[in-house]
Amino acid sequence: MKKFERLLSAIVPLNIENIDTDQIIPARFLKATTREGFGENLFRDWRYNGDNTPKPDFVLNDPTYKGRVLVAGKNFGCGSSREHAAWAIQDAGFDVVISSFFADIFKGNALNNGLLPIQVSDEFLAAVFTAVSKDHNAQLDVDLDKQTVTIVSTGEEAEFEINAYKKSCLINGYDDIDFILAQKDLIEEFEQKK
Amino acid sequence: MSKTLVEKIWDAHVVKSEAGFPDILYIDTHLIHEVTSPQAFDGLRKRGLPVLRPKQTVATADHNVPTINQLQPIKEELSRYQVDMLTKNCAEFGIELYGLGHPFQGIVHVIGPELGITLPGKTMVCGDSHTSTHGAFGAIAFGIGTSQVEQVFATQCLLQQKPKTMKIEVNGTLGKGVTAKDIILYILSKISAAGGTGYFIEYAGSAIEALSMEARMTICNMSIEMGARGGLIAPDQTTFDYIKGREFAPAGAEWDKALAYWKTLYSDADATFDSVLSFDAEDIGPMITYGTNPGMGMGIQEHIPSTSSQPDKEQLSYQKALDYMGFEDDASLIGKPVDYVFIGSCTNSRIEDLREVAEFVKHKQKAESVTVWIVPGSKQVEQQAINEGLDKIFEEAGFQLREPGCSACLGMNEDKIPAGKYCVSTSNRNFEGRQGPDARTLLVSPLTAAAAAITGKITDVREMLAEA
Repeated sequence: MKKFERLLSAIVPLNIENIDTDQIIPARFLKATTREGFGENLFRDWRYNGDNTPKPDFVLNDPTYKGRVLVAGKNFGCGSSREHAAWAIQDAGFDVVISSFFADIFKGNALNNGLLPIQVSDEFLAAVFTAVSKDHNAQLDVDLDKQTVTIVSTGEEAEFEINAYKKSCLINGYDDIDFILAQKDLIEEFEQKK
Repeated sequence: MSKTLVEKIWDAHVVKSEAGFPDILYIDTHLIHEVTSPQAFDGLRKRGLPVLRPKQTVATADHNVPTINQLQPIKEELSRYQVDMLTKNCAEFGIELYGLGHPFQGIVHVIGPELGITLPGKTMVCGDSHTSTHGAFGAIAFGIGTSQVEQVFATQCLLQQKPKTMKIEVNGTLGKGVTAKDIILYILSKISAAGGTGYFIEYAGSAIEALSMEARMTICNMSIEMGARGGLIAPDQTTFDYIKGREFAPAGAEWDKALAYWKTLYSDADATFDSVLSFDAEDIGPMITYGTNPGMGMGIQEHIPSTSSQPDKEQLSYQKALDYMGFEDDASLIGKPVDYVFIGSCTNSRIEDLREVAEFVKHKQKAESVTVWIVPGSKQVEQQAINEGLDKIFEEAGFQLREPGCSACLGMNEDKIPAGKYCVSTSNRNFEGRQGPDARTLLVSPLTAAAAAITGKITDVREMLAEA
């Protein structure tokens, strides 16, 4: 897993609530057996018409929006456990997703891939949407070490929570398997007691 | 110290608990399928690791399999490759596979229980969010992502934060024509598609206790639709009777030992839950969804809530959902023509669902304008339906009885609902495009689906039951 570094980036806003993982990557694109390449079908049915022409009013097709931070309405990533959703978002060039609420499985999947889910208050989320509607190039400063996200133009700052262990995994690029395997003796001991 | 059922099972599976870290939780059984496992097997190869406990891992092909002519090579190349990869990976890593053609093949959440693999007190995971289904037996069962599938392969453990606990009580007696599916759609409509996030839910109360195992599975199955990781029900005599004698269930002295343990699996009377909700079974009628998340449901005789009645900042998303569905504020859905009826999925594809539908449609004909697919949950369900002559009833009614798989629940194979068409479905998700690009899904019980199949319109099944 790649190491997560402090990020200064523009914002891609998607002000929709309850975005489920079927929207993020529809099931018919889950047939690949590798982790790569899902980005081209990210938000497929919102992004393209049935004849594969881009829908011009969708934010990912608007060249004035770019950046590595996706900002979305509450309950982001609900539904199917498909990790392909996190892979697709990452593959499309995002390092951070901000919402006022994340579904559990998506949040775990994102963290396991070095994609940082940041949960903020409804008010801060609204402030981010306002900032980016005024200026499509508005920047966010994401500092994982300090656990803060700042709207650069206004200086509005929010702190966010992250499990201390997962934070160290992200900063150092470690994953859970290394951690658990180091405790293999304990696992075998547990199995014998059972 | 008094404990909830979740805490009892959780604590019995903690390998290590250390402040500042998630618990290392031991996983008894790992179920896998073709779609969320290949990248995990790849990961093992890259690390040079084996599957630590292949005998605690069970595989089947379900998400991406055809539901007609299953024994012929899969036509679509990517799908065929994905299913072939599962066969190859299982052989390489020593995992039992109930693949296409095997008499145990079926939807992973249907075969676990019917084979006696799902048992009270177990921890079970699968790379599928509806793993919550197995909680019906008093197990901690939840869906995981592919990185976690790899973790379980490599270590038979997961790093997990202990969840918060919620108790949902449903007391009283269900009315005629009202089923487990209506209970869970009703709860969802009350607490929303995010109302259970962060929790493990225990369902309790007299209306839950009165349910069969298969009905309990329908309830636990949709826990994830509230955002909950899992849902469970304390095991009781109904549970034990269901399990006894199944293929891999304990037998003889093992049975007695297991049973003694299972009888300790309940929430202590004075255990505290982080949240408690209570509902009255008499308030629940046949339910239907009108929007694009499973929380957007209502009693079938009710009218669609108006956009203006929604909180300000949610109105845009709400309106988007109604536009997608082609519905208007305050509209009634009764009498609305439907194009497809899908009876299947890990929510409602078991033998009791098929029996209920068959009994209702016996000597009736489907409406001409409707296409009806019945997709059994497993080869065993399919065989039993044939043994009981249900296939003849479906044939006479003009329903297509297909072969087992996830099918039109997620439209990953060719079983897709065409754009713009309305599908009354016994599955679990009405997300945009879930059943096919631009398809419109209305979630209901098998009985309400059967009524729509016969009339060709959205119908209150209670009226048809009263006529009969």
